[in-house]
Amino acid sequence: MKAQRPLTITGGRLVLPGGVRPGAIRCVDGRIAAVGEVNPAEGDEVIDAAGALVTPGLVDFGVFAIDKPAFHFGGITRAALMPDRSPPLDTPSSVRFAAQSGKPDLWVHPLAAATVGLEGGQLAELALMREAGARAIATGRKWIADSGTMLRLLQYAAMLDLVVVSHAEDGGLAGSAAATAGEMATRLGLPSAPAEAEALAVARDLALAEMAGTRLHLRHVTTRAALDLVRAAKARGVRVTAGVSPAHFMLSDLALQDFRTFARLSPPLRSESDRQAVVAGLADGTIDVVGSGHDPRGPEDKRLPFADAAPGMAGAETLLALTLTLARDGVIPVERVFDLLARSPARLLGVEAGELREGAEADLALVDPDKPWVVDSARMAASAGNTPFDKQPVEGRVTALWKGGVRIDG
Amino acid sequence: MEPHNKLAAWLQAENISQAEMARRCEYDRSNFHRLLSGKLSPSLVLAARIERETRGAIPAVAWAEEASSGDTSHAGRYPAGGRAFPHRHLLSIGQLETHEILYLLDEAEQWVALNRQPQKHSDRLAGLTIINAFFENSTRTLLSFEIAGKRLGADVVNMHAAQSSVKKGETLIDTAVTLNSMRADAIVIRHQSSGAVALIADKVDCPVLNAGDGQHEHPTQALLDALALRHKLRERGEESFNGLVVTICGDVLHSRVARSNILCLQALGARVRVCAPPALMPTGVEAMGAEPFASFEAALSGADVVMMLRLQNERMEGQFIPSPREYRHLYGLTLERLRRCAPEAIVMHPGPMNRGVEIDSNVAELAGQSIITDQVEMGVAIRMACLDVLTRRERGVEGWA
Repeated sequence: MKAQRPLTITGGRLVLPGGVRPGAIRCVDGRIAAVGEVNPAEGDEVIDAAGALVTPGLVDFGVFAIDKPAFHFGGITRAALMPDRSPPLDTPSSVRFAAQSGKPDLWVHPLAAATVGLEGGQLAELALMREAGARAIATGRKWIADSGTMLRLLQYAAMLDLVVVSHAEDGGLAGSAAATAGEMATRLGLPSAPAEAEALAVARDLALAEMAGTRLHLRHVTTRAALDLVRAAKARGVRVTAGVSPAHFMLSDLALQDFRTFARLSPPLRSESDRQAVVAGLADGTIDVVGSGHDPRGPEDKRLPFADAAPGMAGAETLLALTLTLARDGVIPVERVFDLLARSPARLLGVEAGELREGAEADLALVDPDKPWVVDSARMAASAGNTPFDKQPVEGRVTALWKGGVRIDG
Repeated sequence: MEPHNKLAAWLQAENISQAEMARRCEYDRSNFHRLLSGKLSPSLVLAARIERETRGAIPAVAWAEEASSGDTSHAGRYPAGGRAFPHRHLLSIGQLETHEILYLLDEAEQWVALNRQPQKHSDRLAGLTIINAFFENSTRTLLSFEIAGKRLGADVVNMHAAQSSVKKGETLIDTAVTLNSMRADAIVIRHQSSGAVALIADKVDCPVLNAGDGQHEHPTQALLDALALRHKLRERGEESFNGLVVTICGDVLHSRVARSNILCLQALGARVRVCAPPALMPTGVEAMGAEPFASFEAALSGADVVMMLRLQNERMEGQFIPSPREYRHLYGLTLERLRRCAPEAIVMHPGPMNRGVEIDSNVAELAGQSIITDQVEMGVAIRMACLDVLTRRERGVEGWA
């Protein structure tokens, strides 16, 4: 599926890494050919953006399901798939299959399981999985408890020049906790773990990655203490990046009230003070990536007592609108929103996408940043509607989407 | 005529003052006044004394008949009809206002009196079906609810879900829908997960009583504890919980009894201290208003009431204390430790007790101070009151329907 003829989008506001500028963009053969002062050539398909934002297609880092309708609703053209599949992505064949599964209108970048069966013991065949299309290595939903194994993994990944994506939560402290220790968990009587479980794991992974010289990506950093560690590590030049999901900068553990299982997430929602620390981390650049962690779960996983319910939320549809609230609140400028959602994750994956630049893949979206809509868990494009933002009014909607210069019908 | 009016008339006829009668009955004067105005029901002891002092003119049984006739003596203290207890379910103490807690306690008094009669039967819930769905093993609470339902004349069915189709993979919601389809008139549920009872309550058409959900709440336990405590205080001529210092000691982290009691006792005006080894103390418990202690000695100092909790080994993942022997060394309630409390401090335990671990036998059986067996007695009365009150809407009781 190649673009039939060149595409030119005029009259838009281009979201470029350095800022938002009015202009046009021209794409030829699935790639961006020119950005800025461009005039459509004879025979081009011309689209008038009519003042909408022209943005890169979003690159959703760390999803748990391939859910095309939800991704396209949310303006997502590429998704980095977590290895927590059944069976896990721990063999070259399963990685190759996953990498093909979204084409042509959604590119899935599988993250290779760091260990066989994601059990944290034996290293998986990482180099072979890289050949099969794995773009990075991930520890999965859990950390690797054995520090010796983690160090060897990081050293091996450094040799392969692959990013290691780690889930930073000390398993011994976290146990089977469903909430962060604090007033809310105590009132509800939920099994809980202290927020320090995250800082502990972050400290260890940073120390090991620094030693091994590996690029480390902490998929979720959601507490003040852990963010301080990341900030300090970045300052001394450690090659570390950090991610977060919108739920962790929008919600605190107060959302657990009435045992709402849609607010059961991993890592669990934190205190209000930690939520504010996450917003500060987004503002000062400590956090590099915002990902949806898209994990649609039906009633069989969610209509259960809180602690028995599966963690996770269907987040692909709301990813853009919720992240745009950061720009609306003045935390970060609009172009930074697309750094978090597209440019940084594309760099982590090493793909030629995620920004409006000549030569990059023509993954484009038109975004009306002020278009109001209401999240409704009963009417979502995702395969399940488990969102803690149900009935919440939001602003910002994708109005058109192109993958490789080809229009995706939404 | 109601017995309190009869008594007032008798006093007038005999020309005996209220104060004099209170003295003869060895009873507090102000409370005796409230008794005469119908705001208070007498304890069994007091009723017997009144019978003695009136030479049988006001027999003790009259109070019980009065209580079981349904015309409760606290009329006028609470909003009329269904507004006195506007909840469909009883899921937690946290959902209740103080006056709603008091209403349930006052409603229970009639059943305390009835349960002390040889004929312990009322037909108030005749024809109703009550299902006790216990997803977690229980002997005492289940028995208490079963007796409560049967004494009210309901058809009581026990479902031991811990060893049923739940094990076959049926979801909790499906089980709830099944119970609902059988047209239960009330469902009593115990479940090992916090919030599970509220989840079921959402899916059924009848009132649901929480008989304990995970580590969240156990509201009827807190109510029966309050009732037992109130009876003991009244026996001593005290009425109010205001300023009472209650120390709850033990596995607070895993205890739904502790959570419900912290809320209930504070709502009634008591000050609550909680005491546990650090690993068994929930984070942020002070935000619930309780004062946390690690030292048992400090927590006991000057306490009016000591409530001991069992170690819930079945809920512990990993090791929280080195050994039961060491636990007793630090947190076992002995006679010697009891002396640190206020004089005549009241001893409570929700049971089942591990004698020689958290409480010594001689403390558990301490006459005049331990009310552990009263707690069990009050349990039946409280559960009768809850079943009665919650089913009033369906039964079409005047003012409730």
